[in-house]
Amino acid sequence: MTWIVRNLWLIPALPMLAAGLGALAKQRHRRFAASLSIGAMGLSLLLSLCAFAHALKPGPNPRQVFNFDWFQMGDPGAPGTVVKLGWVLDPLTAVMLVMVSFVGLLIFIYSVGYMARDENFTRFFCFLSLFAGAMLGVVIANSLLLFFICWELVGLTSYLLIGFWYHKPAAAAAAKKAFITTRIGDVLFLLGMVWLYSQTGTLLFYDGSGGGCLEQSALDALVVRTTGAGMAVSTGIGLLILCGAIGKSGQVPLHVWLPDAMEGPTPVSALIHAATMVAAGVFLVARVYPLMAAHPAGAAAGTGALEAVTWVGSITAVFAASIAVAQTDIKRILAYSTVSQLGYMMMGLGVGGVAVGMFHLITHAFFKSLLFLGAGSVIHGCHEQQDIRRMGGLRKFMPVTFATYAIGMLALSGVPLLFSGFWSKDEILHAARGWNISQAPFYLGAIGALLTAFYMTRQVALVFFGSNRGGGRESAPSPPEAMPHATPEPARLHEEHGSPHESPAIMTIPLIVLAAFSILLGFIGTPAWPWFQSFLNGESASVNFARFSQAGVLPLMLFSTLIVFLGLGLGWWFYGRKPIRRSDEPDPLALLRPDIFALLRNGYFIDELYEHTVVAFNAWWSRACAWLDRWVWNGAVELVSYAVIGLSWVNRFCDEYIVNLGFDEGCRRLTLGGKFLSSLQNGRVQNYLRVIGVALAALVLFLIWGCRAS
Amino acid sequence: MTLSFAIIASVTVAAAVAAMGLRNIVHCALALTVALAGLAAAYLQLDAQFVGFAQILVYVGAVAILVVFAILLTRSGDPAHPSVLSPGWLAGAVIAVVVLGVLVYPIARSPSISRTLPPPAGATVHQIGDALMGRFVLPLEVTGLLLTVALIGAVIIAMREKEPIGTISNPGSEIANRKSQIANPP
Amino acid sequence: MSPLPGYLLLSAFLFAIGLGGALMRRNAILVLIGVELMLNAANLNFIAFWRFGAHPEALTGILFVIFSIGVAAAEAAVGLALIIAIYRHYKTTNVDEMTALKG
Repeated sequence: MTWIVRNLWLIPALPMLAAGLGALAKQRHRRFAASLSIGAMGLSLLLSLCAFAHALKPGPNPRQVFNFDWFQMGDPGAPGTVVKLGWVLDPLTAVMLVMVSFVGLLIFIYSVGYMARDENFTRFFCFLSLFAGAMLGVVIANSLLLFFICWELVGLTSYLLIGFWYHKPAAAAAAKKAFITTRIGDVLFLLGMVWLYSQTGTLLFYDGSGGGCLEQSALDALVVRTTGAGMAVSTGIGLLILCGAIGKSGQVPLHVWLPDAMEGPTPVSALIHAATMVAAGVFLVARVYPLMAAHPAGAAAGTGALEAVTWVGSITAVFAASIAVAQTDIKRILAYSTVSQLGYMMMGLGVGGVAVGMFHLITHAFFKSLLFLGAGSVIHGCHEQQDIRRMGGLRKFMPVTFATYAIGMLALSGVPLLFSGFWSKDEILHAARGWNISQAPFYLGAIGALLTAFYMTRQVALVFFGSNRGGGRESAPSPPEAMPHATPEPARLHEEHGSPHESPAIMTIPLIVLAAFSILLGFIGTPAWPWFQSFLNGESASVNFARFSQAGVLPLMLFSTLIVFLGLGLGWWFYGRKPIRRSDEPDPLALLRPDIFALLRNGYFIDELYEHTVVAFNAWWSRACAWLDRWVWNGAVELVSYAVIGLSWVNRFCDEYIVNLGFDEGCRRLTLGGKFLSSLQNGRVQNYLRVIGVALAALVLFLIWGCRAS
Repeated sequence: MTLSFAIIASVTVAAAVAAMGLRNIVHCALALTVALAGLAAAYLQLDAQFVGFAQILVYVGAVAILVVFAILLTRSGDPAHPSVLSPGWLAGAVIAVVVLGVLVYPIARSPSISRTLPPPAGATVHQIGDALMGRFVLPLEVTGLLLTVALIGAVIIAMREKEPIGTISNPGSEIANRKSQIANPP
Repeated sequence: MSPLPGYLLLSAFLFAIGLGGALMRRNAILVLIGVELMLNAANLNFIAFWRFGAHPEALTGILFVIFSIGVAAAEAAVGLALIIAIYRHYKTTNVDEMTALKG
């Protein structure tokens, strides 16, 4: 057990400590809060690099765990009564750690510039550090319980950060929507967790001795038992856990919160809703992959929960890409793009395994956060303007932003050879082509790639090319076709500039770094040198260009290149050739087919559907419960209280008329008797003497009679 | 014997009746004196000479005089009440008769007192003195104490309250002074 | 026939007269006089029994009467002093008007 494995907990603990200390800082201690968070994140990055270096070393056991007992229920010694937690260091953990801490550090540095004018600077960094700590905890967790704890923490910090400007009603509503929607997924995740615990008696992924729930003995047991509809238990648990991933990663049907989450500040969108938190869902599926992939002996490989993963992912990829085509808020386009790319990752996991999905996750983290930070730079430079119809021609005003944004856009679209997105997406398409259950995900993926290239070109053309259409301030009224979702970020203290301007260096340097990685990362996953995939699978890789000539590799590369250029060309045709002049001109696509365009604009009206079904049902249910509470439970309580009052009335009646009367009468008689006796003494001496005389006579008679009797 | 006894008895009873029945209180006191003297004679007849003379000395010589003094001191100028009897006099008479009957009944019916005359006993002063100092020394001392206490007590009870002005000159002004004292309590 | 019953009867009569007078008269001093008569009747009773009873050499009767006379004298003194004091307060010697000690 090396030092780094035993102290892996430091990696999430340091940012959480920074969050705790930052919570105590006052609003004016900005430099303290920022340096605390950035320092903690830097230390975590260093430790992650140490862990990565350790994982790189070849050894007999690529996976090392450190487990400890948390608490005990019931008798010691009985199985399943000790709740254990722990952390694991394997290649999957190592790459995620490095990615999260590195991207996180860059975004932290960016936020110093972006939030410089916000008065809640310290609170922002406190929440950011808390998020980073929670996410890193998710990455290293070896126990599904610890995973879930950190998962919930991540959801909490997402809520806090989306609703950072809580006085804006739209932001508060978006935060609530995010939390509640992911909660639905989390409930099902919890059910899966409980089921798994009941079936295997442990929630540890990997035990040192083969007893973990992802190890072969447990999986064999789970696969054999069946539950309702003849489904294997492992499949059932896998589906439930998948629901948690669906909620957190914004897959259909729980995707509705991600576009609204753009109400948060742009660094938040970059960090949480592009690179890390939404990736946590994908990471979850990757982590419990052995469980998902377990299938009964005799069934084909790829059945079980993995099939559901693939279908969900591929449908989402196309669904979200189509909606992104018709959006006008710069961040919303990127949000739907994220949903679509997450679908790709899920699809990759389903058809190709952990390495394929994770490769796309890592590359996507870099170029999507680059795109979001670039969008933040654009918004910052255009004085909080977010509508792309009001931008245009920004490449003259913001060259660095334009260059880095273009690199990100090309990576996302999958322009071949130079950009990482091409290599990772190609892996996915290659694996989908080889899926022996159906070819539909392959075609859906291809359509999605086309749409991705198209809408990204549209966005870049409208934002950076053409003439600048940003005339009015953000307080100008929206155009008549009211945008239902986009709201500009609140006006901050910002001197009025007439024209857009480039962002300061503290914001552009992270962009440059991310852009570099967007290019370089591609080269570690090409078929010629599949270092990344081999690393995750525990093998070693060598450079071999001959792999290009393996079956299906080169034709597929050509096919995807074709698709990408088709998309780029269409985009340029509609938006680059004759860019729109004024901000209230209708979109060229809207002119073509207005009804489809309106459908896409409104996200297939999914939000309205939910509002009229789920939300309405919830409101009805709460009304029914309120009625129940008021009339039934309250009525019962009131009945009891009336009964008690009645009892007390009877008691008082008895007391007043029966007890008191009897008692009072007795006392009155006693007083009268006393008065009578006292009246015998009337102060007259002769009376007393008479009585004495009578007593004397009586006494003498008594004595005489007594003597006579004797 | 019998004759002297009869005379003494009748004088004593008559004097007693008079003492209780006369209207004028002073006459009652004087009748009491006679009754006490008659009783002294009875004692002498009973060979208790010391007691007889003690009776005369103490009762006739002191108590009766004391009663007369008290009568004189408590004389009021108010007209005498029409009736000398108190309101419950009938009950008192009945009780007295009953008590008489109860006392006479055992005397009449008791067989032990009809015996022969025993020889006369001698009770010299010497013997009485011996007995007082011997067997009865404790009652003697207690009686001494009692007399002392009674003396002091009677003086204190009957003492006139202190007045700022000097002594009284005549009973008339004493009554006026007393009335004024009661009207304005100090 | 001893003269004892005669003396006893005399004593009884005196006692009854004293009692009746004490009960029937209005004046407080007369009540006291009645009490004195009763005491003397009892003394006579003692002397008579001493003379005609057993053990006359013990002188019990005489000594009892001596003490009785002494006590009676003391009691008469105190009682009359009380009557004088009451008279000073109430200006009357009517026992029916001395009812302040009623219960």
